[in-house]
Amino acid sequence: MNDMSRLERVVETKNIKMECRDCQVYYGETHAIKDVNVDIEEKTVTAFIGPSGCGKSTFLRCLNRMNDTIATARVEGSFRLDGEDIYDRRVDPVQLRAKVGMVFQKPNPFPKSIYDNVAYGPRIHGLARNKAELDEIVEKALRRGALWNEVKDRLDAPGTGLSGGQQQRLCIARAIATEPEVLLMDEPCSALDPIATAQVEELIDELRQNYSVVIVTHSMQQAARVSQKTAFFHLGNLVEFGETGQIFTNPVDPRTESYITGRIG
Amino acid sequence: MTDLSANSAPATRHGASLLKQNARTRRRNRAEARFRAYGIAAIAVGLAMLLVLVFNIVSKGVGAYSQTFVTLEVELSESKLDKKGNRDIEEIKKVSTFGYAPLINNAFAAAVKEGGLETRLKPKDQAGILSKSAPAQLRDYVIANPDKIGETVSFRFLANSRVDGYLKGRVTRDSIANDKSISAEQLDFVDQLAAAGILKKTFNPDFVLGSDASDQRPESAGIGVSMVGSLFMMLVVLALSLPIGVAASIYLEEFAPKNWITDIIEVNISNLAAVPSIVFGILGLAVFINYMHLPMSAPLVGGLVLTLMTLPTIIISTRASLKAVPPSIRDAALGVGASKMQAVFHHVLPLAAPGILTGTIIGLAQALGETAPLLLIGMVGFIASNPPDSLAAGLLSPNSAMPAQIYEWAKRADPAFYERAWGGIIILLVFLVTMNTLAVILRRRFERRW
Ligand SMILES: Nc1ncnc2c1ncn2[C@@H]1O[C@H](COP(=O)(O)OP(=O)(O)OP(=O)(O)O)[C@@H](O)[C@H]1O
Ligand SMILES: [Mg+2]
Repeated sequence: MNDMSRLERVVETKNIKMECRDCQVYYGETHAIKDVNVDIEEKTVTAFIGPSGCGKSTFLRCLNRMNDTIATARVEGSFRLDGEDIYDRRVDPVQLRAKVGMVFQKPNPFPKSIYDNVAYGPRIHGLARNKAELDEIVEKALRRGALWNEVKDRLDAPGTGLSGGQQQRLCIARAIATEPEVLLMDEPCSALDPIATAQVEELIDELRQNYSVVIVTHSMQQAARVSQKTAFFHLGNLVEFGETGQIFTNPVDPRTESYITGRIG
Repeated sequence: MTDLSANSAPATRHGASLLKQNARTRRRNRAEARFRAYGIAAIAVGLAMLLVLVFNIVSKGVGAYSQTFVTLEVELSESKLDKKGNRDIEEIKKVSTFGYAPLINNAFAAAVKEGGLETRLKPKDQAGILSKSAPAQLRDYVIANPDKIGETVSFRFLANSRVDGYLKGRVTRDSIANDKSISAEQLDFVDQLAAAGILKKTFNPDFVLGSDASDQRPESAGIGVSMVGSLFMMLVVLALSLPIGVAASIYLEEFAPKNWITDIIEVNISNLAAVPSIVFGILGLAVFINYMHLPMSAPLVGGLVLTLMTLPTIIISTRASLKAVPPSIRDAALGVGASKMQAVFHHVLPLAAPGILTGTIIGLAQALGETAPLLLIGMVGFIASNPPDSLAAGLLSPNSAMPAQIYEWAKRADPAFYERAWGGIIILLVFLVTMNTLAVILRRRFERRW
């Protein structure tokens, strides 16, 4: 109980972008997320860590209502973005997802050209007034996605023809092309080599200047490198949530400690 | 070295040398070889049957594409056709086809004289080797060109089906012993005409382009008009079943909640696909004709009935190809803020398109070959004699369809019609094979794109 009050004190000192309270997720009868309270701060990278199957992806998908697409999934609790309940009946998930972008665990480029992949979001949201502006947006997104140099000569080539790592960076570029305020990344680097990983981590750091980033990762080092806040999930519970430095050097909960040191997971 | 010996230990457990197969492997390989032999045998049997079928169809049907013609110089004498000599078209029309028969008789007499042919047949019996349509052909020509009256014009007349059958080997002198419509003398005469080059068997485009003819004149029956009937039916089927089928599948697959209602719908669509086509025919008769009073025998009604039959096929194949689109594509689209409809129309549908197209073409091919429902809505029998001249006429005026036409010919008594039925089957099969090939090509083409 002491730990909780201490956590909340830390959290409340910053500007909160997303506030999640008493979150429950059920897949049919399975209770996948239990009583989770997390605050995503503005201009902060928040890392979700935890053993496989503990519900990181599930919780992440609650933040832009991607769970709506799963028929069996039921989400309860309060999720607020800038103080507004995103599960309110009046909220159109389409508008929400323009604000809260997502990069998925498996790279999933559209079977269209590289250019069209990146341009798709800006097109449907009407972010560009003409072709030149669109070109600019695409180039900027690809540069930030650390992919520009590799694909600038073949923007018309199919996105599915890229290597796995390039595809993932394409997906990142696609997600940031719509200028989301919060970017959710589900293990964005699991298919990347160390160089591309470093580039993506650099990108995440850069995105932090303007946006909130939530990243799910299985790499403790990565969480430690890129994030300021870390949440540790275990069996659907949020075990510990706090400053990354504190979680990694001085975890409060014994489960966190054993996971970080490699004893469970 | 120590590693090596450690590795070789399990090898010795399985048997001495890799160069020698052990009993278990041999047994397995024998089973595999046996299975392959079964497979090859099955394919060989299938191919053999196909060959027999194709050979049969072609050998029986190819005769329908050639026909025996008699070329004669006919004098269109004014005294018979236009007694007053004022070329009044109404007057000319008053001369019935009977009035034209003497002209043909005269033409034969002239040909016999000129060719120096020896025959004891009277000119009337000589003309008996022609199709019963010959005087009508002459009359149509004169009415269309009244200015030719008084001249001598060369005509190509159809020989009647017995003569045609004689040249094709179907009719012999023995087989006509009790036949009142032709005599042995006439066959002798045919031989003489053939030798003189007046009577010839040549390719007959009218079989492909023409219309059906009455029981008496198999030689002038063609499949063209019923082909047009089939075409209009297919237009109706395509125009209705593709949009309805695709819309229904998209709704069911992408938007509909998964509950017991949609489950029931799904089960019933599968059931519909298995309903015998004659049931759709009787349904069409009851609903479209008896209740809605749409015209009998109209390709529109045929198309509606076949649409009912094709819809389940299209829905099932469309849903299968929608299902085959990986969900990650939908997630990707939704993740950048596309609406569900945008995700479906921008990303899912283009990926599913080849499958949908294939399903549609196969559904259409099925509908094209379907006969049973057409029997019930009256699209069978001797119906249309001219191709329709407008879209409305094509849809609403009575017509037949290729398979119904084939069925109609096959059940007529005259063997000349039987030959035409086989000839029609060749055309139908050409259409079906073309459509299925198109489906395969489209599928390959689109699949290779990414
Ligand atoms: N679509 C689904 N339907 C039913 N159960 C699901 C579904 N997706 C996830 N689950 C269950 O919810 C739990 C949490 O899954 P989740 O995918 O969130 O785990 P995760 O922490 O992201 O794991 P990983 O690190 O392996 O990606 C798991 O027990 C999983 O079996
Ligand atoms: Mg996951």
